[in-house]
Amino acid sequence: MAERVAASLPLARARLVGAVRGFDWRQYIVYIAFALVFIYFSVTLHGSGFLTSTNLLNILRATATISIMAVAMTFVIGAAQIDLSVGATAGLASVTTAMTIQDHGMVLGIVVGILTGLVVGSVNGALVAAFAIPSFLVTLGMLGVAHGTAMWVTNTEPQPILNETYNNAFGSGDLGPVPSLVVWTLVAVVIGHVVLRKTSYGRRVLATGGNAMAARFSGVNTRLVTFLVLAAMGMTAGIAGMLYAGRLQSGRFQWGEGDELSVIAAVILGGTSLFGGRATVIGSLLGSVMIGLINNGLILAGLESSQQEIVRGAIIVVAVALARRK
Amino acid sequence: MGAAAVSMRGISKSFSGVRVLDGVDFELRPGEIHALVGGNGAGKSTLMKILAGVYTLDAGTFEVGGHEVRFHSPHDARDTGVGMVFQEFSLVPTLTVAQNVFLTREARGFAGLLDDRESERRTRELFRTMEVDVDPRRSLDELPTVYWQLTEIAKALSQDARVLIMDEPTAALAKTETAQLFELMRRLKEQGIAIVYISHRMEEVFEVCDRITVLRDGRIVLTDDASKLTMQQVIDQIVGRKLEQAMEWKERHVADGAELLLEIRGLESGSRLRGIDLELRRGEILGLAGLMGSGRSELARAIFGIDAIHAGEIRVRGRQLKIRGPQDAIDAGIALIPEDRRAQGLILDHSVRDNFLLPLLGRLSRGGFVDDGKGDRLAQSFVERLTIRLRSIDQPIRLLSGGNQQKVVIAKWIGTEPQILLMDEPTAGVDIGTKGEIVDMIRAFAEAGNGVIIISSELPELLAVADRVLILREGRIERELGRREIQTEEQLHHAVQGVS
Repeated sequence: MAERVAASLPLARARLVGAVRGFDWRQYIVYIAFALVFIYFSVTLHGSGFLTSTNLLNILRATATISIMAVAMTFVIGAAQIDLSVGATAGLASVTTAMTIQDHGMVLGIVVGILTGLVVGSVNGALVAAFAIPSFLVTLGMLGVAHGTAMWVTNTEPQPILNETYNNAFGSGDLGPVPSLVVWTLVAVVIGHVVLRKTSYGRRVLATGGNAMAARFSGVNTRLVTFLVLAAMGMTAGIAGMLYAGRLQSGRFQWGEGDELSVIAAVILGGTSLFGGRATVIGSLLGSVMIGLINNGLILAGLESSQQEIVRGAIIVVAVALARRK
Repeated sequence: MGAAAVSMRGISKSFSGVRVLDGVDFELRPGEIHALVGGNGAGKSTLMKILAGVYTLDAGTFEVGGHEVRFHSPHDARDTGVGMVFQEFSLVPTLTVAQNVFLTREARGFAGLLDDRESERRTRELFRTMEVDVDPRRSLDELPTVYWQLTEIAKALSQDARVLIMDEPTAALAKTETAQLFELMRRLKEQGIAIVYISHRMEEVFEVCDRITVLRDGRIVLTDDASKLTMQQVIDQIVGRKLEQAMEWKERHVADGAELLLEIRGLESGSRLRGIDLELRRGEILGLAGLMGSGRSELARAIFGIDAIHAGEIRVRGRQLKIRGPQDAIDAGIALIPEDRRAQGLILDHSVRDNFLLPLLGRLSRGGFVDDGKGDRLAQSFVERLTIRLRSIDQPIRLLSGGNQQKVVIAKWIGTEPQILLMDEPTAGVDIGTKGEIVDMIRAFAEAGNGVIIISSELPELLAVADRVLILREGRIERELGRREIQTEEQLHHAVQGVS
């Protein structure tokens, strides 16, 4: 019987043809593009110090906040949702952390920073999950609310952080030869990867994004999943804001402004489906680092920031178009 | 005999004031395959969705395995041993077979982390007991429909289902795949599993089922052993009146010298279609038969300009045509009624009128503004001509029954006044009464001097209307049979299977 099934279906042959014809290179486009961009810059920018370890660590450091938010965004997009408020949330958290550290010390400052993100994310998640309002609208509104709040509570003034321990732990310092920002990135990616691939929560996220109806019929609490991915996204954006604050030794409403676009671009570039159901944390990291790589290369190549933006935008569109599944 | 697997008493259910089920008593015995048949809107799916925990009932009680139960969700039903293989599948296409089977009940390994290998091993074991060969590591969206159903069944079995509900499981299957499914059903039956089998296909019902229950207008009108019933008796009960022999061949006259509408030479398209030649004359209905994957649908898609054509020529009314996209095909008077009406044919949330008028908007607008009055009149006239049953043309189309939805799809394209109509499975998932009406629509359309190419897995349908039948196999036309060369359905079956 078993043999008959295999033989009677055209699938067996199709499988063979498929295996010969392809290696689905689209799936690996971000890896290929990454390698190409890296090799290109290594050759052309050899004299400008592109390949030095300082420069390479710099790239990782500069992209750390984007990479960390991209990890959480991988879950959000994997569950077929979106979060446009991440940049503004990071800005707000940088401000609340800085202000609390000034008055009440570091420990409370860290707690408040994380809570800020968690509250913003939970409000997003609750509105989307309980009232079925599209996350696009909820988080678009939240972008304004968070940004405005950060401006309001600070009177648009920067909030300096003088606590050395905080600044070193959250972005300015190093752990041995490795910048603390790179350590944060690695921790986020490892946790994200394991949770997505190896826990039932990760599986439920992908099921919800792949076919919410089927997931519900299988006993997945899709509303809870929706709430959790957005709440975790908020919290992660809060942590990213705290890293901005530590790196720049101050809290300011502008930190993180516009990051939502880089974060979403990194995730999609990495191979996560914009329609949900298929997601990769490692891909998101590579997407994020690749955007940093391009930025860095263009700066070393001496392009003006206006030209950088144009080239960066074009490269992202081309890469995503190539990565798109038929 | 022992306790009934399922016993439902006095089940009633209304949707927005419309009574769909009215005091239904239904009993399912362990180890039987029980057919549930009836026209569209008769209440079959509703009854089974109550049993599967999708809907809650308004009145009545039911027992599963001798215990009274009340389900609040499909999850409750699963826990009690009732599994449903849904008509619209309840699987996640982006996950693998094994991940779907064990979704929410994954095997755990070290530190509570998921152990996909263990899930895959158990899935492989399940398939071994089902005696089918499926690779649990494949992502579902890479696999054909039959595997989706096998996965659904494996999923139900993995939860120790004692009752399996299958809603139109063969609608998308070719003959051999259907046979495999039936073999599997018989084996499950031997293990004492009770199966409810919902289908419109009478032959299959009589082939595989032990008992038959007929629902009409929310009531049970017949329950008996299949061996004591004839197909005609069952059909009479479904329709509620003697069905005119809609599925019988009716002679139509196609003149030998009738104008050639469509001529295709050496067409190649996609990775499958090779060297396709065909001709279609005015007034002619051409049937395309073949197994799933033989290239039937692909041929229609290529003619309509959806799939790119690599080689060959297409002539419409003698004029050579380059079809680069659906618009070129529409301009040449070609229309395609697609296979999947929900995904490809209709915008479900839009009204019947808006769906109907969509391809006609260009013709109805003056300076960019749509002539609403004219559109309404046109839509209304089609609704009456095709006896589409609805409350008003402003009703969202998703509220119509499957058969009536399909009529709207057909009306929508006939409304564009095409001369060549391509139809892909025009009666899939449609009740017998509507089937007859659709078959009549096809005949009338051809009689008016147009040409029809009809793709169907239901051979009686091809035998009822097609003047000639082309048999496709692996992307080529293998045989051509004139209507007169085919004596019985059996013969056509054999031709499709490639044996004689």
